[in-house]
Amino acid sequence: MKSANHVIARTLCAALLLALAGAAQAQADLTSGTIFSKGYGFEEKDGEALYKGICQGCHMPDAKGATGAGTYPALAANPRLAAKQYPLVLVVNGSRAMPGFGHSLSAEQIAAVVNYVRTHFGNAYTDVVTPAEVKVLLPTKPETGE
Amino acid sequence: MSSTKAPTVMSRRELLTLIGSVAGSAVSYRAMAGMGLVSESTYKGPIKLEGNPRGASVLILGAGIAGMVAAMELRNAGYKVQVLEYNNRAGGRNWSLRGGDSYTELGGFTQKCEFDPGLYLNPGPWRIPYHHHGILDYCRRLGVALEPFVQVNYNAFVHSTEAFGGKPQRYREIQADYHGQIAELLAKATNQKKLDALVSKEDQEMLLASLKSWGALDKDYKYAPGEASSNRRGFQKAPSGGLSARPVYSTDITGMSELLKSQLWASISAGHNYEMQTTLFQPVGGMGRIGEAFGRELASVIQYNAKVVKIRQDSKKVAVTYVDAKSGGEPRTASADYCLCTIPLSVLSQIDINVGAKMQAAINAVPYMSAVKVGLQFKRRFWEQDEHIYGGISYTNLPIRTIGYPNTGYHSGGKGVLLGAYVFGPNAFEFTALPPAERVKKAYEYGAMIHPQYKQEFENGIAVGWHRVPWTLGCAGGWTDETRAQHYDNLCQLDNRILLAGEHASYIPAWQEGAVTSSIDAITRLHQHVVNR
Ligand SMILES: Cc1cc2nc3c(=O)[nH]c(=O)nc-3n(C[C@H](O)[C@H](O)[C@H](O)COP(=O)(O)OP(=O)(O)OC[C@H]3O[C@@H](n4cnc5c(N)ncnc54)[C@H](O)[C@@H]3O)c2cc1C
Repeated sequence: MKSANHVIARTLCAALLLALAGAAQAQADLTSGTIFSKGYGFEEKDGEALYKGICQGCHMPDAKGATGAGTYPALAANPRLAAKQYPLVLVVNGSRAMPGFGHSLSAEQIAAVVNYVRTHFGNAYTDVVTPAEVKVLLPTKPETGE
Repeated sequence: MSSTKAPTVMSRRELLTLIGSVAGSAVSYRAMAGMGLVSESTYKGPIKLEGNPRGASVLILGAGIAGMVAAMELRNAGYKVQVLEYNNRAGGRNWSLRGGDSYTELGGFTQKCEFDPGLYLNPGPWRIPYHHHGILDYCRRLGVALEPFVQVNYNAFVHSTEAFGGKPQRYREIQADYHGQIAELLAKATNQKKLDALVSKEDQEMLLASLKSWGALDKDYKYAPGEASSNRRGFQKAPSGGLSARPVYSTDITGMSELLKSQLWASISAGHNYEMQTTLFQPVGGMGRIGEAFGRELASVIQYNAKVVKIRQDSKKVAVTYVDAKSGGEPRTASADYCLCTIPLSVLSQIDINVGAKMQAAINAVPYMSAVKVGLQFKRRFWEQDEHIYGGISYTNLPIRTIGYPNTGYHSGGKGVLLGAYVFGPNAFEFTALPPAERVKKAYEYGAMIHPQYKQEFENGIAVGWHRVPWTLGCAGGWTDETRAQHYDNLCQLDNRILLAGEHASYIPAWQEGAVTSSIDAITRLHQHVVNR
């Protein structure tokens, strides 16, 4: 349906813009190591990237939490993290205002981020969460609702 | 139901009464909507609370839209009302950031808004559809001037990094080409008798006529370069006057396969949704004008900087403990016969409140979603001057997802503010996790891939990640069908002297109309209770 001239014009134009977009993308990536996931799941892999890409939005970069009209609890030096099941279940299911991540993170990602938090920010728990332990907790049904 | 045997003949009204009495008004409303009896907001004009409250008092928590609707109407009906609000302003999520404003998010990050006078960002609500009768009626009653909000702009862009070499496409061309070729395909199938089993002969004739009209097909049922298609997708050279008048039809129709693979068809549907159909409105001067108008009306009853920390009811009254939101200090107490609490559940689930187990479980059941908006100021309105985009929205698969153009001040010579990002889902979490200045930078960098003019014209920006907003801890309540079935009615019931209202207590989550209608529903029930006691 395209005239030959227009195909050429469009292809040229597209190639030019592709080059431009490529340059801009490179420029964007130059300024920071930020990961922006493409779909409905998170693409961050290791514990630190997951913490910095998701958790610190609420629990803050130093994991000390914050208080306004309500509070985000500190994860730093938090004795509740002693039982690994506790953070694990919270990350999978959420709690009160905190959304659950059972639909948007894999078992590997959840294990990684829980292990990261339990060994950083003044926490030094040596027992490790394995992806297999997470899997049994993950929701089996796809998410519904709006 | 006491009897399992259904009556043989039942009027529609009887049926509705039955459904309503068994399962509560929400189900009844949905049933009615299904039967075509109601299709719009339940708002039915200014509420009339008839009967004498005999001096009853109501303490209202939160001066957002829900709290202030209740305060205004209950005061008009003769109640003694007092409102406690955490912020130093009225409106809650109804909010505009303007030049000179400063905003401190959780974690202590402070941003100063450096926009020129008259320019603003609506960090939360920005559009009101024509059928949100409640919030529109409060605009009318409070004298808040409205202007059109442009949802669909045929000349704005749809964009994907994975299609057309990353070149932004005009909404107009993508939609025309997509509809046109779907129509052509269906016409071909009809003419080849492939639909004979599905469509009667008589209907096929009308189907063909309708496809021609809907898809802009030519006399041979083709979507091809020519007058019909150019009248939809635009011309290579538009008709004009004088000797240079003759139009040249556009020929660069994008083929179906490329269109399908581009996924851009997903970006042309937003304006078809009920909530985003023309006509939509915005208040002149920013969405925050509504909250400000309510605030003026209720100046004598709202106490600002009051952070509620505890809510206690007994057989005689409700006592609410609050502290100064800025300085903390000595707890103070306010009390009243009843309490209407509109504090978002994200915060309320952390407050000590003695309600029944069912309501408490409902308060704890609703997670709050993530959303981010970034406003960017530019030296000139290049989107109008260079690209002829007057208001409306461009959609992209870049992490910014959206670029919103100002729906006001067209052709003004000075600076302009774009909504440079409006993000939900994983990217919203990722944006929120960045320091504010970094969010602005990312919005700038990604936006420049669509509008290269950003690089010359950008001046400053401000970014709001809703999970960092100190008084909502999120954008809006995230209900699912399951949590609604289990908890919604329990959340909305009167619990002795305490009643909840707000966006979270509605079936229109994340819309102001939900806050309005939930508030009116709550105070109507409260008033019935009070006059009948
Ligand atoms: C990103 C975004 C986009 C949106 N887009 C639209 C749109 O285009 N159109 C539309 O109609 N709606 C939109 N909405 C939804 C709309 O903003 C809400 O539905 C509505 O404003 C909620 O009103 P509310 O009164 O229920 O809650 P709020 O406005 O949140 O009011 C609650 C009040 O309680 C106060 N409070 C909280 N904690 C305490 C405490 N401890 N003590 C005292 N006071 C407290 C808060 O400060 C606040 O003022 C959007 C929302 C967001 C976040």
